[in-house]
Amino acid sequence: MTDASVVSQSVNESKSSPLSFLAGPGITVNPGKVFSTVLMPIIGIVVFLLIWSGAARNIDTSLGKFPGPVAVWEQFGSLYQEHVTEREKAEAFYQRQEKRNAARVAKDPDYVPKIRAYTGKETFLDQIVTSLVTVMSGFLLAALVAIPLGIAIGLNKTLNAAVNPIIQIFKPVSPLAWLPLVTMVVSALYISPDPLVAKSFLNSMITVMLCCLWPMVINTSVGVSSLDRDLINVSRVLRLPALKHVQKIVLPASVPMIFTGMRLSLGVAWMVLIAAEMLAQNPGLGKFVWDEFQNGSSNSLARIMVAVIVIGVIGFGLDRAMLAIQRFASWDKSKATH
Amino acid sequence: MSTLLDISHIDMVFDTPKGPFTALKGVDLKIAKGEFVSLIGHSGCGKSTVLNIVAGLLQASSGGVILNGREVSEPGPDRAVVFQNHSLLPWLTAYQNVELAVKQVFGRTKTRAEIKEWIEHNLQLVHMDHAMHKRPDEISGGMKQRVGIARALAMQPEILLMDEPFGALDALTRAHMQDSLMEIQQELNNTVIMITHDVDEAVLLSDRIVMMSNGPAATVGEILEINLERPRGRLELAQDLEYTRLRSEVLKFLYEKQRKVEPMVKPRARKKVQKSRQHEAA
Ligand SMILES: Nc1ncnc2c1ncn2[C@@H]1O[C@H](COP(=O)(O)OP(=O)(O)OP(=O)(O)O)[C@@H](O)[C@H]1O
Ligand SMILES: [Mg+2]
Repeated sequence: MTDASVVSQSVNESKSSPLSFLAGPGITVNPGKVFSTVLMPIIGIVVFLLIWSGAARNIDTSLGKFPGPVAVWEQFGSLYQEHVTEREKAEAFYQRQEKRNAARVAKDPDYVPKIRAYTGKETFLDQIVTSLVTVMSGFLLAALVAIPLGIAIGLNKTLNAAVNPIIQIFKPVSPLAWLPLVTMVVSALYISPDPLVAKSFLNSMITVMLCCLWPMVINTSVGVSSLDRDLINVSRVLRLPALKHVQKIVLPASVPMIFTGMRLSLGVAWMVLIAAEMLAQNPGLGKFVWDEFQNGSSNSLARIMVAVIVIGVIGFGLDRAMLAIQRFASWDKSKATH
Repeated sequence: MSTLLDISHIDMVFDTPKGPFTALKGVDLKIAKGEFVSLIGHSGCGKSTVLNIVAGLLQASSGGVILNGREVSEPGPDRAVVFQNHSLLPWLTAYQNVELAVKQVFGRTKTRAEIKEWIEHNLQLVHMDHAMHKRPDEISGGMKQRVGIARALAMQPEILLMDEPFGALDALTRAHMQDSLMEIQQELNNTVIMITHDVDEAVLLSDRIVMMSNGPAATVGEILEINLERPRGRLELAQDLEYTRLRSEVLKFLYEKQRKVEPMVKPRARKKVQKSRQHEAA
């Protein structure tokens, strides 16, 4: 693909319909295709909503009727409203505290004001942010370990022979199986009176990292080891030093495969994180779902449905973001398709 | 004329799953400075193996290669290689591909401006200055091969090694490339070893044609001196009697003396097997 065509694509994209993101970046929407790229998705969604609300009316649970689209839409609103209210409360709390402190300092100039943090309940939006931060940190940490490891394994046959059995055995293990072990190890090793980050955060992050590790290691090492013999020979003829060989030849050549691994693992990580949060009662979207389930109010199911939709949309967004980065960073545009 | 490259008594034995395979046996060849030598022979006889040993990419089982009085033990930019399928780094532009080589070879001795000038000079030499900033997937096969040649020339090698450089090109592009190469050769007077399957190409370009016998245990069969006057033009040569004689000499060697007894389909199949074997060995 030429540079020119890339440019023209992005120009077209900015002109295309707002729904074109469903088809993925770089896909042009010309008038003839409007039917398949705009109309059909809309029809699909409408039909889905109809089936959903039809089915929902006929399902009775112990918590009332299964929520239909309207009930869920209402919960979207009320969850947002709860968030706004909670923020106002926090704001009011800090204002009161500031006033109180100012008054005491006025009375007694030696008094050093104490500032207490507001300990309200975490709102739905807070949980979203927590989940996102957790998944990104686990993912980045995994990349930091996995990519150098993958390069080393890909370059060195002996190392590959040594590490491969371990990877093959750990790869199919659900990261959730690690969760109890991670929890115990973290609480045994991470003892600090004033912890920088919460233990629960570490637990979920390490679990996410463990599940991101394998796809990235495997894809990176495959990318590196399948390097074209001719390119290796070019490097040998030029007598590139080892570090330069990796930097100039190996790394760029395996960028497409590295990104494939990263995209794969980010998708898995997001799924695993929700489950891990539910299991371990770590803050985040998973905990939100679990709390609502335990809560058992008449709105609970609708609120869980909201979480389900949000989880899906975020997962989709993460994948699209990775794809965009991959397209930007990768020279081999043909591999960076959806 | 003084000898620049001395290939002496080279044997090459490959370890294969079926036991040792003697590809080359007693290959001897001396090449003078500024000489253009073609290697010709049937597919699978061991031409690439000879070239790779000279490049240092393969180690001979016995015997050795001496370049400028020093034994070759590893690859190096003094023996630049032009590979059959261009082998440019696909994520770099033509300019950057040449730059990688130039910086590696002259990074310490040339200033930044000199490096830039040298890269551009070499790209001009192969008539690629108009597409310097294009990536390999944006240029044609012939243009890629030109960049590959520019990269090799830019290293200012003692000897230029080319393994079927035009093998993957169509006839018209190939003729263009041959003319370009002759023009460059006229100007720089490089020492070149080129592998080819094309008899006309060999006669047109070479000072000597080295004809290899069939493997296993292939060796240098005959050597043909080409004393045609330079500069050579393909149109004039078409009517030249000496040219016709030399051409038929090569053909006689290939199709009478070293006739392949195998049926015609075999060489291709064999080439594939051999490629996959090379991959396994890697
Ligand atoms: N790494 C290897 N291991 C085993 N056998 C090999 C290896 N490399 C080459 N050979 C064998 O050595 C012989 C010569 O191979 P080589 O590639 O040098 O032939 P060639 O003359 O270049 O052929 P072509 O014209 O098809 O390129 C072949 O029979 C091939 O099968
Ligand atoms: Mg060959």
